[in-house]
Amino acid sequence: MSTINTTINGKSEAIQDVDPSTPLLWVLRDHLGLVGTKYGCGIAQCGACTVHIDGSPVRSCSTPVSAAQGKSVTTIEGLAVNVGALTAVQQAWVEHDVPQCGYCQAGQIMSATALLKANPNPSDADIDAAMSGNFCRCGTYPRIRAAIHSAAKAQRGEKA
Amino acid sequence: MKEMKSQTLQAQEGRNAGFGTALSRVDGAAKVTGQAKYAAEFTRPDLLFGVVYTARIAKGKIKRIDTSRALAMDGVVDVLTHENSPRVTHFDLKLKDMSAPTVGHPFRALDSDDILYPGQPIALVVAETLEIARAAARLVDVDYEWQDFETDLKRATPFVPKVPGVGERKPKSRGKAEAAFASSPVQITGDYHLMPEHHNPMELFASTVFCEDDGRLTIYDKTQGVKNSHCYICNAMGFKRAKVRVLSPFVGGAFGSALRPQYQLWLAALAAKKLERSVRVVMTRQEMFGHGYRPECYNRIQLGADDQGHLKAIINSAVTGTSSYENYTESIVSWGGMLYQCDNAKLDYQIARVDTATPCNMRAPGGATGTNMFEIAMDELAYASNVDPLELRLRNYAERHQLKDRDYTSKALRDCYQRGARKFGWEKRSPEPRSMREGHELIGWGMATGVWDAMMAPTSVRATLHADGSLEVGTATADIGPGTYTMMTQIASDATGIPVERITAKLGDSDLPFAPVEGGSATAASAGTAVQKACHALMKQVLEQANQLENSPLSGARMEDVDLVGGRIQLSENPAQGMSFSEVFTAAGLDSLEAKKFGRPRMTRKARNTHSAVFVEVRVDEEVGMARVTRVVNAVAAGRIINPKTARSQIIGGVVFGIGMALEEESLADHRIGRWMNHNLAEYHVPVNADVPDIDVIFVEEEDHEASPIGVKGVGEIGVCGTAAAIANALFHATGKRLRDLPITIDKLVTD
Ligand code: FES
Ligand code: FES
Repeated sequence: MSTINTTINGKSEAIQDVDPSTPLLWVLRDHLGLVGTKYGCGIAQCGACTVHIDGSPVRSCSTPVSAAQGKSVTTIEGLAVNVGALTAVQQAWVEHDVPQCGYCQAGQIMSATALLKANPNPSDADIDAAMSGNFCRCGTYPRIRAAIHSAAKAQRGEKA
Repeated sequence: MKEMKSQTLQAQEGRNAGFGTALSRVDGAAKVTGQAKYAAEFTRPDLLFGVVYTARIAKGKIKRIDTSRALAMDGVVDVLTHENSPRVTHFDLKLKDMSAPTVGHPFRALDSDDILYPGQPIALVVAETLEIARAAARLVDVDYEWQDFETDLKRATPFVPKVPGVGERKPKSRGKAEAAFASSPVQITGDYHLMPEHHNPMELFASTVFCEDDGRLTIYDKTQGVKNSHCYICNAMGFKRAKVRVLSPFVGGAFGSALRPQYQLWLAALAAKKLERSVRVVMTRQEMFGHGYRPECYNRIQLGADDQGHLKAIINSAVTGTSSYENYTESIVSWGGMLYQCDNAKLDYQIARVDTATPCNMRAPGGATGTNMFEIAMDELAYASNVDPLELRLRNYAERHQLKDRDYTSKALRDCYQRGARKFGWEKRSPEPRSMREGHELIGWGMATGVWDAMMAPTSVRATLHADGSLEVGTATADIGPGTYTMMTQIASDATGIPVERITAKLGDSDLPFAPVEGGSATAASAGTAVQKACHALMKQVLEQANQLENSPLSGARMEDVDLVGGRIQLSENPAQGMSFSEVFTAAGLDSLEAKKFGRPRMTRKARNTHSAVFVEVRVDEEVGMARVTRVVNAVAAGRIINPKTARSQIIGGVVFGIGMALEEESLADHRIGRWMNHNLAEYHVPVNADVPDIDVIFVEEEDHEASPIGVKGVGEIGVCGTAAAIANALFHATGKRLRDLPITIDKLVTD
């Protein structure tokens, strides 16, 4: 058991009494009560558990909490700067009515946000490549593509 | 959640949110910010965690189960097995949930030493943390007695089920099919097969049971019907109904798998009962292959036609799998039997026992299997009779439901064919297989018809108007993803003129008025009708109150004399003369008004169905056999569309299920040991982003108030029906290879 010092959604946290090999997902959900990040498979296949560590997307179900030591973790709850506000990606998600059951969407949005940071003007093929590790059983894929294009435009300051 | 809601709606404010409005879902913001909470996400400090231990054999008995090492671990509270679990009801009847098959003995976890199927739960380890429970579960030690088992449907013995079970529309033969087939100049015979499929909703099955201080239980459950879970668990375990409340505010997909209460609810409740402590049980992805699934199906279809392609005979016999302990049945052969004009049809349906958990409804149960297979057969007939596949459907178009020999409440399928074909550009198709290509890719165009039921079930809704002008509508239905919250809000707004941001829809709570399980594409028609009725009754009460006020601007006005606009009730002839709801309430000294109404289907002898025409383009890389769906047009006739945005999402979701059925999804068992081999999301393939093109959805609206009082037929399942066939037919057109075994994976495409 050890203490992990990390920053979660901009707040420094000293996570006590945790086995360093515990998946980050379980620390987020069970220790910190941040249940916006979901568990879908536990084997880095479905993307439901995607969070950012220092801005890069990771599958938190297969990332030990020790990997967050000294780093900055962002979850769906911490994406928007102000509580209750929405980022351009979240806004586009609402406007395109992307979510159905909603369960996969935290992961989708974290992946999409990371994609747009790396590539502000992705093509359909770029989106398919970056997003195909995020399963959605409700089949929201066409709207995910459309929403990413809209968010990209909004972020570039163009009209959607 | 409140702020979230108003934020979603800000952008939509001022819009009329009535019927036909493309409103974004009211819980959208909650779902994109991680605020929507699912069954495993409610917690309390004293919560215990249950981890399931499943049988390692396919069938047999538990000879000895040793839990001592697990119990010895620090933090383990108990290990429940059949030897020490609280007694449950003896009566099977009490365990027949709303979606249980009519015939059989519903499964009881930890009730005896019998092992009925692979993956059956046989112990529950309960500990202070999830980690401890998981670690301790590895220390459970079991000796088994193996018994003979059969998991291969091909080797199981089919029989005709005596009592039709859930969803069975009895296949009714007509005419003299065999003779007509024998004398038909054009004949096709095909043996079709569908592999088992597992629903795999993204959310895992979970139940959190809280023991309250006063002895009540509050249960958060992943379910398609809180009333079903509530009734089932009270009946099973002898809890007083008034002391149990089941909640399910958000459900992370279900597709039929949560129609029946799943075993994690049973286990969590059993542990809570025994330990008098709060307990949560969450299945793993692997464990989710240990419950219901879409059964495997073998289906022989023979079609006879004249040389113009007019159907003369349909002979269709199908077998699906069920378990050893329940008779699960589906309608497989009815769809082809009802859809086309044909005087002679012989329809047979059998089930056969395999040693798995009882299969259960999965998105368009029976319909997805049956229509897709039949529509591949129709494509074969099109080629055999040298008629264009679309033209063949038109030549055999049935104005009446052929199975019941009745009229339809409405059937705009002809328009679906026409509008879908136009949008797709079907007339540009060259009929010969392998005649369209671009570079190294063969291109194929295929089409199919889809058909599904337009069902409706009695549902009760309470509508409450508050003095501040806000409205609440509630019923114990579910929102597993279609947008039920939104649909209820929208219909309430339509019926009262109250803007959507002033309306709250409540569901997923067993304390709310009765609603059946959310299934069969019936919720929009059912709950929607009840919302409308309750709101109308409520508005009548408001007017009555207003009528009675002294110097009322509305005195003497009847419902037909007034308009409801933005929270006001006013005379149609003189809109300035009226009162806001709040003014009525203040003047009458009221805090709130309430109306509760039951929505029921209309009595009619006519058949109620939804229809669709699906057009698909595939591209196949000839060398590696890789097939991609590159275009889909799905034209749907499903009555009135409440919300084109959410309805479109439902059709797309169905089409994606169809892509999975056609190309990817199959649960593979190793029949030597009787266990699923690919029980995880790495090896059970579901469609992902790159597999799904943009999908064109066309709604052909039908004015039909016989199907349901609000004219709605439902769109949750029709999207799957026909889609897999259209893909298989497009693959034939591309490659010249007729594949009758779904899913059509690469190996099947490359072998000769
Ligand atoms: S839960 Fe982490 S990838 Fe599926
Ligand atoms: S929205 Fe339901 S799984 Fe993606």
